[in-house]
Amino acid sequence: MLEIDIKKRLRDFDLRFQLDIARGKTLMLVGDNGCGKTTLLNLVAGLDRPDKGRIALDGRVLYDSDNGTNVPPEARGIGYVFQSYALFPHMSVYDNVAFGLRTRRMAAGEIKIRVQEHLEAAGLWEIRTAKAADISGGQKQRTALARALIIEPRLLLLDEPLSALDVRKQATMRKELRETIRACAVPCIIVTHDLRDVACMGDQACLLEQGMIAQHAGAEEVLNWGLCTDSISNR
Amino acid sequence: MVSNQVDISRFDEQSLVELVNHEHETPDKAICIPSRTREVALKAGLAFLLTLAMAFIALPVVALFLKSPLETILRSLYDPMVLDALRLSLSTSTLTTIVVVVMGTPIAYVSARFHYFGKEIADSLIDLPVIMPPAVAGIALLMAFGRMGIVGHYLSAFGISIAFTTLAVIIAQVFVSSPFYIRQARTSFEDVDLAFENAARTLGASRVYTFFHVILPIAMNGLISGAIMAFARSLGEFGATIMFAGNFQGRTQTMPLAIYTAMQGDLDVSLCLSIILVAISFVVIIIVKTMTRRVIKRC
Repeated sequence: MLEIDIKKRLRDFDLRFQLDIARGKTLMLVGDNGCGKTTLLNLVAGLDRPDKGRIALDGRVLYDSDNGTNVPPEARGIGYVFQSYALFPHMSVYDNVAFGLRTRRMAAGEIKIRVQEHLEAAGLWEIRTAKAADISGGQKQRTALARALIIEPRLLLLDEPLSALDVRKQATMRKELRETIRACAVPCIIVTHDLRDVACMGDQACLLEQGMIAQHAGAEEVLNWGLCTDSISNR
Repeated sequence: MVSNQVDISRFDEQSLVELVNHEHETPDKAICIPSRTREVALKAGLAFLLTLAMAFIALPVVALFLKSPLETILRSLYDPMVLDALRLSLSTSTLTTIVVVVMGTPIAYVSARFHYFGKEIADSLIDLPVIMPPAVAGIALLMAFGRMGIVGHYLSAFGISIAFTTLAVIIAQVFVSSPFYIRQARTSFEDVDLAFENAARTLGASRVYTFFHVILPIAMNGLISGAIMAFARSLGEFGATIMFAGNFQGRTQTMPLAIYTAMQGDLDVSLCLSIILVAISFVVIIIVKTMTRRVIKRC
């Protein structure tokens, strides 16, 4: 269970967010550009610090302004797929996926077995030696996801995971992504502009406006909010 | 009869089209001729300017080679003054580059990533030696680390003397060449997307691990070209060295100082040292260009 109750002063408005996400449930976060979606992910991941509040994951406090707790991002055990995927360009696909295990000083043999397992599951074993900068958009997305999942995260954060793909690939990748997230059985927050993502992958959805939760309901109810894909991305 | 009529009408149509095209072409050509002449004149003017600029730079370099016969150069290479200057210049410049890289890399990274009180002043201070005349830098160093300097005064009480030693050569070189490395390194670090750093942190890497395994390799080409620029600047350093370290053969007489000294006696030695420095400069430019091209290609 992920518990978030935080407040952060941003340049133009205050970000206030209070929500709980149960294990295996996916929250879809939608809203205008600059409404605080990515900032929220960064706050949960520990890359940015809230002004006030509390974040707890499976009962473990990650941040608490009352007692000064602030677990650094490297100790939070959170899998984060960035919007641009942020694959290390000087490393191969294999090394990108192995990175999280190497930081944990895992034995080389164990790393090899686990990386192979993840790369084969993602259909990336054949291109394991290719440089991350040289692979296609879909392959980058799979690599970024495999890199986030191999550390066995207790929470998954995905920032517009399909936005860099062309429309035809999006449909296939959306289904793949849904299956992978379901298999992980951890709480998950996905930022998206696309209501098809909400309908396909989400359990609950949240509309963020100027840092505040404007709407919160089951993912299937999003269509009743009177939004459309274009209206979200262009608002 | 019918077929003839059709043929005539086709002929008429074709000639009408040709006539229209011809009418359209004539005024175009009338406009094109002077504009083409202008274009050719502009190109010729630019080519002349470029040739003049290239000749201005190339002529002295070529003259250096033409005025020094190969035999004389080879003979001068065994001159003790040349050997001492070459050895001293290469060793001090290498040590300077190591000091600049070790001290400059964290400074450049902090300058690229963090905002702190007085950052503007610190950045301006780092860049200052680029603008400061080298002779002024030499006097400034003398006033700081010389026997009567504000720091040197205390050091001399412990029997430590810096001015007019090989250490002074290195200090003078570090002073003038460090901005060349730090500026380049700062730009290279700024170019590394913050998302890479964030991704590494969420994957369990500490700040130090992230720096050495992610940031440094991505910025490496820029850092190497900055280090090469600093090495080249150290190798050519003259003003600050002669003021602060003096001109003693084998101890503080680097290649530029030896060129200056030899000019008053044996010109062949001067030419030999100059040709070595020109060759090194060429190699430096080629390496830096290759490195920069690689960075651009990767982006």
